[in-house]
Amino acid sequence: MQDKEILERLKKIVTPYTQEKSGLEGFNQSTDFIKDLQINSANLVDVVLDVEDEFNIEIDNDSMDGMLKVEDAINIIKSKRAES
Amino acid sequence: MSNRVVITGMGVAAPNAVGLQEFEMAIRIGKSGISFFEELRKLNFSCQVGGKPGISQDILDDYFTPLQQRGLLSSGIIYGVSAGTEAWNDAGLEKAPAEAPDWDTGIIFGTGILGVDKFREAIHLIDAGKTRRLGSTSVIQTMASGISAYLGGILGCGNLVTTNSSACTTGTEAVIMGFERIQAGKAKRMLVGSCGDHGPYVWGGFDAMRILPGNYNDKPKLASRPMSATAAGFVPGSGAGALLLEDYESAVSRGARIYAEVLGGEINSGGQRGGGSMTAANDEAVQKCIKNAVINAKISSAEIDVINGHLTATTRDAVEIESWVKALGREKENFPYINSLKGMTGHCLSASGSIECVASVLQLHQGFVFGNVNCEDLHQDITNLITPRSVPIKTIEHPVNILAKASFGFGDVNAVVIFKNA
Repeated sequence: MQDKEILERLKKIVTPYTQEKSGLEGFNQSTDFIKDLQINSANLVDVVLDVEDEFNIEIDNDSMDGMLKVEDAINIIKSKRAES
Repeated sequence: MSNRVVITGMGVAAPNAVGLQEFEMAIRIGKSGISFFEELRKLNFSCQVGGKPGISQDILDDYFTPLQQRGLLSSGIIYGVSAGTEAWNDAGLEKAPAEAPDWDTGIIFGTGILGVDKFREAIHLIDAGKTRRLGSTSVIQTMASGISAYLGGILGCGNLVTTNSSACTTGTEAVIMGFERIQAGKAKRMLVGSCGDHGPYVWGGFDAMRILPGNYNDKPKLASRPMSATAAGFVPGSGAGALLLEDYESAVSRGARIYAEVLGGEINSGGQRGGGSMTAANDEAVQKCIKNAVINAKISSAEIDVINGHLTATTRDAVEIESWVKALGREKENFPYINSLKGMTGHCLSASGSIECVASVLQLHQGFVFGNVNCEDLHQDITNLITPRSVPIKTIEHPVNILAKASFGFGDVNAVVIFKNA
């Protein structure tokens, strides 16, 4: 799966949780989930669950802790998909 | 020096109507909100009828963001946020801006149990070893204070934000607690009310106690029969009611519409002594509660025009009437009008007090006494105490100056509040 496709699917997932909608306009690898999108930290666990469902993977707590920016998420998704 | 407290906004999600205007129309015509539930039949309930407010997608969209609607399974929060936000809007208030809350406005919004269906979902996931799949909404939808927390965040309240719980007294207790806070000068506005979840997991315990009617499953609209000779137990309901209480000076200075004034009230307990128990009221405590409410409101009992009773449709109804007769020193043709909303809504448990306070204030403000549903056959123990004239079965247009509202609950707890036409 191409990074671009993962990026698009990620954007769709985070949209309902995003409080700073302007952060979605320039949604790219360096977008920070909390700083740029103002996603409530409690909602990050929901984002992770949605990502799991979307990509049919399981994200452990350690991986989740490292998921601060879009590029982190893409790397985690790619490595988990490679494992399975 | 204590501050006067008035009601400047109301909202309601009741089994027979959602929204204040629809609710007024419903109670004027005696509309029943009781229906048969196939789900309860399948689960072998003895009582297969109940009351649930009808919440459309449009109403959900009015009060919840798309994000809040994701995984929203707490019916009490749905009802409570709908009613609470309606009361806020009805009072002409704006939500606090993003930077800072409204420090002068608080919330006391009670419940008996919250988010039962959400909790059930969590139990199934946990038992399947999938705790991590609960997501972020399990706690906030099942903590008792979830309802005040949701409303506090949506509206931006910076004063006391809490949830009270005292079984079926909850809603009326919240009104009195909010009243006292404003009276003491600790807040300018208090959004008060209560909500109650619906469904088999809330109602099952009452069914098991055999205090619900099992003989009206094929005629649900006749099932809830307060004060009737053929009353067979209370019909379980759900929903929410909300009132925006406001300091009189604050209400006047912002030109708010005033529905009624809260003159005072009383909250007490029979201590499960003197005939009182976990499930039955100590009659002396009930009478003391009524008498003290009258004293606290600085009125005489002769001034009460209408009583909105607790009156659930059990054998205790006649006992309640007797307590009113004794506490007010009024009987026979000297007794005020009395009505019970529960013939239309069933017993909405923790939500009952606030829904019925809304119905009470509507009667004061609009000048009518709603008719009692399903009590054409008034119980003889009641007609021995008061005349049938006091128990209208059709709505009458009649100015109401002072109304007394009572709620009683498991744990032998009581609350009585006195409202006056503004």
